[in-house]
Amino acid sequence: MSPDPAEASEPAQEPERARRLSSARVLDVDPLLDDPKTRIVVCCGSGGVGKTTTAAALGLRAAERGRKVVVLTIDPARRLAQSMGIDSLDNVPRRVKGTEGDGELHAMMLDMKRTFDEVVEAHADPARAAAILANPFYQSLSAGFAGTQEYMAMEKLGQLRSRDEWDLIVVDTPPSRSALDFLDAPKRLGSFLDGRLIRLLTAPAKLGGRAGMAFLNVGMSMMTGTLGKLLGGQLLKDVQTFVAAMDTTFGGFRTRADATYKLLQAPGTAFLVVAAPERDALREAAYFVERLAAERMPLVGLVLNRVHGSGAGSLSAERALAAAENLEDPRIVDQGGGKAGLRNSPDTQGSSHSSAPETAAPAPEEGSPADTERSVDRLTAGLLRLHAERMRLLARERRTRDRFTARHPEVAMVEVPALPGDVHDLAGLRDIGDRLAARRPERTEHI
Amino acid sequence: MSRLQVVSGKGGTGKTTVAAALALALATEGKRTLLVEVEGRQGIAQLFETEALPYEERKIAVAPGGGEVYALAIDPELALLDYLQMFYKLGGAGRALKKLGAIDFATTIAPGLRDVLLTGKACEAVRRKDRSGRFAYDYVVMDAPPTGRVTRFLNVNDEVAGLAKIGPIHNQAQAVMRVLKSPETAVHLVTLLEEMPVQETADGIAELRAARLPVGRVIVNMVRPQVLDAADLELVRTVERSSVAQALSAAGLGGARRGGNAEKLVNPLLEQAAEYTERYTLEQEQRAVLTELGLPLHELPRLAEGMDLAGLYELATELRKQGLS
Repeated sequence: MSPDPAEASEPAQEPERARRLSSARVLDVDPLLDDPKTRIVVCCGSGGVGKTTTAAALGLRAAERGRKVVVLTIDPARRLAQSMGIDSLDNVPRRVKGTEGDGELHAMMLDMKRTFDEVVEAHADPARAAAILANPFYQSLSAGFAGTQEYMAMEKLGQLRSRDEWDLIVVDTPPSRSALDFLDAPKRLGSFLDGRLIRLLTAPAKLGGRAGMAFLNVGMSMMTGTLGKLLGGQLLKDVQTFVAAMDTTFGGFRTRADATYKLLQAPGTAFLVVAAPERDALREAAYFVERLAAERMPLVGLVLNRVHGSGAGSLSAERALAAAENLEDPRIVDQGGGKAGLRNSPDTQGSSHSSAPETAAPAPEEGSPADTERSVDRLTAGLLRLHAERMRLLARERRTRDRFTARHPEVAMVEVPALPGDVHDLAGLRDIGDRLAARRPERTEHI
Repeated sequence: MSRLQVVSGKGGTGKTTVAAALALALATEGKRTLLVEVEGRQGIAQLFETEALPYEERKIAVAPGGGEVYALAIDPELALLDYLQMFYKLGGAGRALKKLGAIDFATTIAPGLRDVLLTGKACEAVRRKDRSGRFAYDYVVMDAPPTGRVTRFLNVNDEVAGLAKIGPIHNQAQAVMRVLKSPETAVHLVTLLEEMPVQETADGIAELRAARLPVGRVIVNMVRPQVLDAADLELVRTVERSSVAQALSAAGLGGARRGGNAEKLVNPLLEQAAEYTERYTLEQEQRAVLTELGLPLHELPRLAEGMDLAGLYELATELRKQGLS
């Protein structure tokens, strides 16, 4: 038996760390960001896991390591946007001031309606473009189609990539109903605009009464009849005008969608799945990992945000709680004889307890040393309870993470320690970047 | 108490959990509630640890006191076919439309139509009566889209009226709006005590109010327990490290002298307390922002063991205690 239980539990920390190291491959972001072959980094994951912050922090880090970076964010929190100096939503990349080093950081917020308008304006003559932009159906589509935001994010990504002004593009994906939506969006919109129905709807305009189309025209009248009944005749006319206009102007919408999709599969693209150590977020992350594999999209790893650690990891929740109870129960603490001896245990002798002024020092004007001692005991009990709570959280986070790792041991992972507050400026983003790159597991023990 | 309870919130705040807990809480004393999911995520099935829900109302839980919770995952395509069948008796033709991609078209690209179908189904459940003239469900709880989209989702009238000026979809939208804008409905927003979700909640409430949709309550989810009180926080800043070391030593955690085990605990423990203080201050600020919204404010605790079925019942009990049912 060890006379000091804390001593006995200390060595247990080492095998624990070793296990953590071997349980998953460690994701090293710096080589990824430094590699000139890395041209696009896509951050994806479910809502509320710090995706946008991660994208911004990676962008800043890459820029400060010498690259010319643009971060495409979808819907950043105001203060995060302000931290990068992009408080205006104008759909144009802006240089972020105040970065260190030779690189450059640009940032932009996606305005999906404007991006859509730009696509129309770029591909139609002015008169036709004006007709499309004024079409009520287009207006709803560009603002509200489930997937428009996802599609426009990909469209913008394609545009930025083809401008070739930046050597690295970091993309944050939209807060989708499901994290998978943005992968489907280009295909969905492409196949929709290229689909049978659209061909049916546009057939009368293009094909007139050609004999071979009689079958289609039957289908058409049934269709328009039903849709007309359902939606009202005017709407259907609007749809037809819109589709006809889109069809002739866009032509290869599907080709564009396919090109975007291929861009995502290209070797210069790296997907990072972002998650927090919570059941739902990691479940979504697992789906995403599986889906990326199925689509042959290059996944480089998982960023696990908001992981808690403790500098006092050797003190278990149970022992902390037991100690807190000791302190809070005066019968035990104030017992004469043996128990009181704890305070003057051989360990403590020669330190400072016998010198009363030191014990009283924190609040000399307030009551007796005994009072102060009691309030310090109470505080210490609080500290221990806080620690017990932290250790339980930590254990739960590890279990959740380990379940993910068991399912996907091939996925490299980096854990980012939780911050107590929000990020408001470049220094905060830089700090997160440091945490992202500090892959040594003991770093996580500090927070 | 409104019979249609809509629950929204920023992603990651646990709105599905709160919606489910609310459905359980409302199902007391033999009452029957319907929990509706509209985003096809199967979040309810995951929460209740059952297989994926079909497009069919099915009982998923029994509340204390004999109440029942039914659940329904509304699929817009099936809802549209349902609707076509109901109004046009379009059995086979409906399937043909589906083959052509018309259903897909109507439910995904026609903006607002999808939402009318989803909200329409929920409103139908609210108004449905059984043969004896009693409401089929005492309450309908909807796990709605996130705060950023909820006003648009619920305000189908504006969306659809601009497109379908006449016709059954138009009428359907009108009927749905009559329910949604009446006191029959309450829209609750779930948030965390963090800056972004609180800001989004304030914005969401402003949008809902501008659209004249009835805002219900603000529910703060995952509230951490208060471990240190104001006096402790004050003392943390001034306390002598050595006296904390001695207290730890007295509690049986090793030596208090430099290098002793108790002494080695002091810095990390005080560091954790400093983090706690920082977070606590931020949380107090956010709580003040929420209080200013002038809506009933409720807090649900963060469950120490994470969210599971037992935790859901715990939260339901808490909601009941706070008078939400």
